[in-house]
Amino acid sequence: MRRLISVLAAVLAVTFMTGAAQAGQKVKIGTEGAYPPFNSIDKDGKLVGFDIDIANALCDAAGFECEFVVQDWDGIIPGLLAKKYDAIIASMSITDERKEKVDFTNKYYNTPGKFFARKGSGLEVTPEGLKGKTIAVQRATTHENFLTDNYGSIVTVKSYATQDEAYLDIVSGRADAGIADSVAVMDGFLNTDQGKDFQFFGPDFTDPKWFGEGAGIAIRKGEGDLVNAFNAAIAKIRADGTYAKINAKYFDFDVYGK
Amino acid sequence: MDAVWKYLPKMLEGAMVTVEITAISVLIGLIFAIPMALLRVSRNPLLWGPAYGFILYFRGTPLLVQIFLIYYGSGQFRVELEALGLWAFFREAWFCAVLSLTLNTTAYTAEILRGSIRSVPHGEVEAARSCGMMGWLLYRRIILPKAFRLALPAYSNEVVFLFQATSLVSIISLMDLTGVARVAAARSFAIYEIYIAAGAIYLIVTYGILYIFKKVEFRLSGHLRERVDNDLPVTTVLR
Repeated sequence: MRRLISVLAAVLAVTFMTGAAQAGQKVKIGTEGAYPPFNSIDKDGKLVGFDIDIANALCDAAGFECEFVVQDWDGIIPGLLAKKYDAIIASMSITDERKEKVDFTNKYYNTPGKFFARKGSGLEVTPEGLKGKTIAVQRATTHENFLTDNYGSIVTVKSYATQDEAYLDIVSGRADAGIADSVAVMDGFLNTDQGKDFQFFGPDFTDPKWFGEGAGIAIRKGEGDLVNAFNAAIAKIRADGTYAKINAKYFDFDVYGK
Repeated sequence: MDAVWKYLPKMLEGAMVTVEITAISVLIGLIFAIPMALLRVSRNPLLWGPAYGFILYFRGTPLLVQIFLIYYGSGQFRVELEALGLWAFFREAWFCAVLSLTLNTTAYTAEILRGSIRSVPHGEVEAARSCGMMGWLLYRRIILPKAFRLALPAYSNEVVFLFQATSLVSIISLMDLTGVARVAAARSFAIYEIYIAAGAIYLIVTYGILYIFKKVEFRLSGHLRERVDNDLPVTTVLR
């Protein structure tokens, strides 16, 4: 009987302890690792990028012990729901569609989406300017939804598993243009050797209907403590200058947005 | 469930792409596989050598690697391919998918045919020879018809494998059944519902393929079945 009581006590203790996010807690973070400069895998096989640095800073600020799990983009929300990790820090835009399945923290950056194509292609972001063109986009992104919903009837949408594969087909000429996050395109493509003959065209797209309020951290529903802990951590690194330091390491402008 | 109904028309369109790619690859693959198998069973090293190398490569490497190689690899040689006038083909994901699948199934089918050519009973070949049949005539009349019958069960497997392997082409942006399902699942988050629906469509088509093969096998094995006398009047049978 005494043994039963101690077992029950232990079970109860564990139940209450896991109820609230707290210091020293182990948190698994899902990320994609194919979206430079935000998250990518370097030549030594290590995860690097803005998202990764921010994630590490947030974990330090919240006192979490964090571990990264790499997951393909179109399976990243299912992976979270299947408890393969506890949070997604992978430049995921906070959108209403996604909010039906997961909770989000406040944004940790917000940059616009933009079209890009070969220099001198003369493409314009108008129904006539894009008519009949093939546009490359990463599958399951806000940009794919935006493109399909607004231009789906006049362009051919070519969807890729990773943004890097979309770049490959834009370089080879299989796609006439692409649309993606402007900062990701700038650093992951236009400023690289293979992207030097390409440029942006058209306006910045920020319509919250498709692009949401910015990139946030996705967390399973019903885990409000973890959301609160990350929100507090975001506020902390914004206030103590850690965010600005990481920002300056990657970009010469403020990616946090307004 | 709503998500399934919403995306079902698109998924059926995707299934058509899948069936189309499979049918074309299987057909061309079979046409190529016959000479390939004949080269493979030849005793001349100049003939069986290249065939052996081809089969070794396409059976020894993953189909996914072959698809990547042909699709993204060809993108790197755009200038050369344009000079040859081939870029118009390689530009299309559809063409690259059919090309990879055709080469892959050619290798596997050739290997299946090689095995069945080898297992044609020696006595039958000898009997044909003693009647004066040689070379191509011997192959056309005796060896190949027998080899096709022997190969049929293994070949039906190959067709089913190829049909299911077409799901890999979604990786090069082709909107086949899997490609549509991935987009639908990502957009609706109805992961189970969408993939179960996609799986059901694959299942139905797979059993359709197997049914056709069963019919073909039945027809080709008429001489092996017990004779049924159809001339007897029905009344006699009833009594």
